Amino acid sequence: MTTLTLPTRKAEEWRYSDLDALATVWPTPAPTRIDVAAGESVRHHLLQDAADGAAAVHDYAITIADGARCDFHVLNIGGKLGRVTFAVTLGKGSHFELNGAIIGGGDQVLEIITSVTHAQPDATSGQTIRSILGQHATGSYLGSINVARDAQRTDAFQSVKAMLLDRTATANAKPELEIYADDVKCAHGATVGELDKQALFYMASRGMDPATAKTLLLKAFVAGVFDDVADEAVKGSLEAAALAKLETLV
Amino acid sequence: MLTIDNLANEIDGKAILKGLSLSIKAGEIHAIMGPNGAGKSTLAYTLGGRPGYQVTGGDASFNGVNLFSLEPHERAAAGLFLGFQYPVEIPGVSNLQFLRESLNSQRKARGEEPLSGGEFIKLAKEKAALLGLDMEMLKRPVNVGFSGGEKKRAEMVQMGILDPKLAILDETDSGLDIDALKIVGAGINAIMRKPDKAVLLITHYQRLLDYVKPDFVHVLAGGRIVKSGGPELALELEREGYAEVAAA
Repeated sequence: MTTLTLPTRKAEEWRYSDLDALATVWPTPAPTRIDVAAGESVRHHLLQDAADGAAAVHDYAITIADGARCDFHVLNIGGKLGRVTFAVTLGKGSHFELNGAIIGGGDQVLEIITSVTHAQPDATSGQTIRSILGQHATGSYLGSINVARDAQRTDAFQSVKAMLLDRTATANAKPELEIYADDVKCAHGATVGELDKQALFYMASRGMDPATAKTLLLKAFVAGVFDDVADEAVKGSLEAAALAKLETLV
Repeated sequence: MLTIDNLANEIDGKAILKGLSLSIKAGEIHAIMGPNGAGKSTLAYTLGGRPGYQVTGGDASFNGVNLFSLEPHERAAAGLFLGFQYPVEIPGVSNLQFLRESLNSQRKARGEEPLSGGEFIKLAKEKAALLGLDMEMLKRPVNVGFSGGEKKRAEMVQMGILDPKLAILDETDSGLDIDALKIVGAGINAIMRKPDKAVLLITHYQRLLDYVKPDFVHVLAGGRIVKSGGPELALELEREGYAEVAAA
């Protein structure tokens, strides 16, 4: 049951959100369900590019049956509030792979929230998130991995890197692990950094104007996120949208 | 080509250059030598416009333009090349991409048409061959995983492609073995030893000057040029040491 009461910041998964923007679309619809049947392999992507000032909330509930695989690519760049959430349950020997980029400026609040449950043994999951935040934007990744008692030989990783273009921007990265099995590999890393000033001067010394230099460094930073999008047209549209958004920030 | 008049600067409030004057004409190769901490690298970075290198006095005129009125990328477009003592690594950006963007940025600033992909590759191949650098190296990220010698060769390939009027080379010889030193020296001569170009070599040692023969040698100490002479001055420095020569 979805509660109709607007959440508060006391709830962990809403702590960094924009509740005023959320109120304009509350209550949000039920999550989009993706059920991957045993042994199947599916690919999904989301380009969240809502209009300026709008609030966009995309919730996904994904169940991946035994031996199945789901690859999800997300580019989260639009709206005042852009929120994408994943509640994933993994069956035996299945795999979930999330590659996401958040690129925000102005006073945008962009979020990727994940809860990945390894319910059965031998499942693997990978999450790679790259965020670029300028001006007064806030970008958040809150990701929990939950490993059930029976889910032995779970192998999961979370790799979260954020780049702040201005000291006024905010990045939140919160990988969280809850593990009840004992034979488990869970790796997580989170970094928040700024553009390399030495690299920028090196590029300038070769004649590159500052906007081109920054764009090149930022492209390199998010490179890889959409590398394994199988559909070339989808890949092209995600990369083009990411680049266009980057160019508004440098 | 370059006239530096009474240049003073500071880094984090600390004075480094204290009234440095130097004039370089087209067709000339100058070498600046000096002890550690004399301000050699500071001079290179200040001319290149590195952030944090605050000019507190004096002028530098580059082909009639006030150098310090230009942003670092504008200085490059005007024909200044700075060879780094420690070339910077840029993961995720290939040398070819880096150089093509740099060259086309310069061309755009000068009101020239950008080079096409094909034209650029041809140019890059030619300059890489000149420095004995495998084209495969240029497909790799800028300086990432390069040895000290490879970095310096790559710098000279960059110089060849960008084709500057004035190259300021900050300890380009450091980290090079004898064979690499020969190749780099020959590269500098091939690219820059021309009537319309000039070089300012910054070095600790005489050995690079065996391959790139300077027309003038200057001794930098305490933030000033304390002595200038011909190539023989470098030999004298090598023989007698900076302290002796600078004091004389």
